Amino acid sequence: MRVNGVHYEREIEPRMTLGDFLRHEIGLTGTHLGCEHGVCGACTVLIDGRTGRSCLAFAMQEDGSEITTVESLAQGGELNILQQAFQDHHALQCGFCTPGMLMTLTELLRDNQNPNETEVRETLTGNLCRCTGYAAIVEAALDAAQRLAAAREA
Amino acid sequence: MKPAPFDYHRPISLDEALDLLSNLENAKILAGGQSLIAMMNFRFVQPDHLVDLARIPELTGIEERDGVIRIGAMTRQRDLEFSDVIAQRLPLVKAGLAHVGHRQTRNRGTIGGSLSHADPSAELPMLALAQDATIEVRSTRGARRLPAREFLRGYLDVAIELDEIVTAVEFPCWRAGHGWGFHEFARRHGDFAIAGAAALLELGEDQTVERVSITLNGVDVTPVRLTSAEDVMRGRRLDAELICAAAAETRHLEPLEDAHAGAVYRRHLAKMLTQRALGDAAKAGALIASV
Repeated sequence: MRVNGVHYEREIEPRMTLGDFLRHEIGLTGTHLGCEHGVCGACTVLIDGRTGRSCLAFAMQEDGSEITTVESLAQGGELNILQQAFQDHHALQCGFCTPGMLMTLTELLRDNQNPNETEVRETLTGNLCRCTGYAAIVEAALDAAQRLAAAREA
Repeated sequence: MKPAPFDYHRPISLDEALDLLSNLENAKILAGGQSLIAMMNFRFVQPDHLVDLARIPELTGIEERDGVIRIGAMTRQRDLEFSDVIAQRLPLVKAGLAHVGHRQTRNRGTIGGSLSHADPSAELPMLALAQDATIEVRSTRGARRLPAREFLRGYLDVAIELDEIVTAVEFPCWRAGHGWGFHEFARRHGDFAIAGAAALLELGEDQTVERVSITLNGVDVTPVRLTSAEDVMRGRRLDAELICAAAAETRHLEPLEDAHAGAVYRRHLAKMLTQRALGDAAKAGALIASV
């Protein structure tokens, strides 16, 4: 399995979820496991470029897949545009849901460069935030879309 | 929680998968895993073997032939949602798909998996029933085809044997320009519906209802066709009054009660959602001026 461009090979039990594999086998603890039954979305990662809940996938299924986690976003210690927008808009309090939010929005902003508020909110229905920070998260996502557009033009 | 231990099998052909299923004890099929893995994490389900169908190419794809859309059982819900063929030929299915779970689960969830899981609130079983879809199943003993109404046998229960695999689903298309409407009520977009209604309409030139399908989810152990309402409408001229008369047929329903909603509330939702779905179906085909 490749994770964030790095090849990993491990012998594992079939029952190990992808989320546990990322955290316990290769030490990438940025992905958070909340409910472990597919409701909260905290464990969202990209699996071959598409978001998926890493608690609802066994690592064995992804033998040979390309996994992208929240650790891939910041480069050289610098937050990426989406992460920076989260910080600027105070789009996180405890931060538990944030890795999942970021990965879900990473997919959205890749596929839809100019989403409206409804599209952002619909996309985020699969991610729960218990600090009730959705308003700021939506603002951050919309702002990130604008900043990304500006960066593309520059 | 974590799942109980199991052995994992990843066949690369349908024949290999069928052999495994016919030989293994207490085996479960793993499709997209969006319901099964959650149930395994809770240890509601403890299979000794999982047979993963993800690497069997012949189980994936969407093709149109002679007015029928054939969808491989392992086709992901997200691929259906963005398929041009589905959008053009099965607009009701496209509308319903937007309500199936969330983006992350649609990326992985499959049509065959959702049908086989047969949750009474789920959209895909309801859509299969609404469109009179046919489910194709295979085992080492051969293939057979079941209409959706026979396939969907009960609560989380479908009419297939333990060694059988759902291989494809066939949706017959309605006439081009047919009317359709889909309405659902859930506490959060993408959550399991408390109730939902799907409607299909074909009208004659004088606005006579030639063909109609009305299907509800969330009101019984399986999705249900509101056949008495279809009978009310068929052969009659479509207007707002007829839609109300059809929606009133929901009074015969005896919905489930659970923590989310009581029977009276569900029956009310069923009526209103049926009315709205039929209203949209009438408008979608620009069939009548105002409903």
